Amino acid sequence: MEKLNLSKILEIKNIKKHFGGIKAVNDCSFEIKEKMITALIGPNGAGKTTVFNLISGLMRVDMGKILLNGINITNKSIEDISNLGISRLFQQSRLFNNLTVRENLLLPMDNEDTKFWKNFFGRNKITKEKESKINEMLEFVELKEIKSKQARDLSYGQKRLVELIRTILNPHIFLMLDEPVAGISPQLRGVLAQFLLKLKSQGETILLIEHDMNFAFGVSNEIIVMDEGRVIAEGGPEEIKNNSRILEAYLGE
Amino acid sequence: MFSAYLIHLLILIGIYLILAISLQLSVGFTGLLNFGHIAFYCVGAYISALLALAGLPFWICILFAGMGAMVFGFLLAIPTNKLKGDYLALATMGFSFVIYAVALNWTNLTRGPLGLPGIPKPALFGFTFSSNLSFLILTLIIASISYFIIKRIVSSPFGKILEATRDDELAVRILGKNTFKIKSLSLGISAFFAGIAGSLYAYYITFIDPSSFTLLQLIPIVSIIIIGGLASLKGTIIATIILVLLPEPLRFIGFPSSIIGPIRQMIYALLLLLILIYKPKGFYGKIELE
Repeated sequence: MEKLNLSKILEIKNIKKHFGGIKAVNDCSFEIKEKMITALIGPNGAGKTTVFNLISGLMRVDMGKILLNGINITNKSIEDISNLGISRLFQQSRLFNNLTVRENLLLPMDNEDTKFWKNFFGRNKITKEKESKINEMLEFVELKEIKSKQARDLSYGQKRLVELIRTILNPHIFLMLDEPVAGISPQLRGVLAQFLLKLKSQGETILLIEHDMNFAFGVSNEIIVMDEGRVIAEGGPEEIKNNSRILEAYLGE
Repeated sequence: MFSAYLIHLLILIGIYLILAISLQLSVGFTGLLNFGHIAFYCVGAYISALLALAGLPFWICILFAGMGAMVFGFLLAIPTNKLKGDYLALATMGFSFVIYAVALNWTNLTRGPLGLPGIPKPALFGFTFSSNLSFLILTLIIASISYFIIKRIVSSPFGKILEATRDDELAVRILGKNTFKIKSLSLGISAFFAGIAGSLYAYYITFIDPSSFTLLQLIPIVSIIIIGGLASLKGTIIATIILVLLPEPLRFIGFPSSIIGPIRQMIYALLLLLILIYKPKGFYGKIELE
């Protein structure tokens, strides 16, 4: 019953994206309610990552509308969308490889680093709050010892975790995670699931793409199933699990 | 006699150092494959020479040389914003050809291939730097100031955002930061110091013509930053000294000067090859470009 009171944070209205003759996203609509974890699932080529790219501004929408908290963000620039409150994790690692973990994590929290003179005259100090925030996050995933390591020297799983932390530290009202656990060991998956649930309890809204069904059904409150560029089913994990048509046709079970 | 020769070499080291560390800012730290550096050097040299010949004081000439080059840096950043890697290298190389062609053909302003002779010696606070020793001191002071300014830039959080842009531009944008501004500033500041170096060169040689600003002249500077190691200022200093001094013994072997030029280029090429084979990151380079 709690659900009814929750307001919509993101509204996708009939968006379309065609690449030549291929209808990657075809009249796709859904809503994301706040303080929930929603999983976007579907077979390869269903258009999940394209939807992510359209929301975060990497690609232009052909038709339709995207609203964030009622503000129209359709076809705005990547930077503007980020500053309006969407923080995104990519499917491939996009850490700054020649910087340390600490430097990677300081960047999202620093709004002044592009101001040349302020930095030149040493007026852009790294505050204790920022440092302790980084320590706190790294402690939670039990990776405190990697703080001063170069990002390129991390293992794949460590990279994903650091990148997830960077995405979280980027000021936002809405998190989009593209396959956060792909290629990660089962133990780390557990840590990550705990991490996401903790974030949810703190009031975060998360949309994730996931191929690991156990993980997706385990952490999500809502599941959106996509195929051929459109939404074919929506509902709670139990509802989707009991929908045999979906499971047979699209999830291969 | 020998000391005059040594002073000459040290002045060259000073000028090349300014060129190399500023190129390091755009190439090594920001990852912009900038082959327009020689054009900024050219713009600075011509602005400075023309103003000096018009009778303006040294400090105005050198400052305008830097700022004029910086304007060109900002302008070049606009059309090249979306270009990366090899494409950016080609576009900036094209820019170098354009500036060279302008210097060669705008004869009303630059006198074309005849060049601009008779650039007066610089003077500051009533003191004229007429001897080469005093000019060396001036060059070293300006080179040190340039070094410390660039060092300060790259060690500030702004320097980290430059490096982040080099490593992954899209990831910087997704964090809500304007990479066009970041890259423009990097190219502009880099061009500013190239302009300063151009001004010093014009004052030192007292004569400039377009032949000093061909793409061929960019090769030693690019070699310096690769051999010193990308994004390493310490490596850049050492590489500058080595690359300026290395071809010098040729003069004493008794080769005619028509052979020394090509051999010098061959030495740079050979050294660059050896470094790329045996020490691909250069002397002190830590970064790897993807």
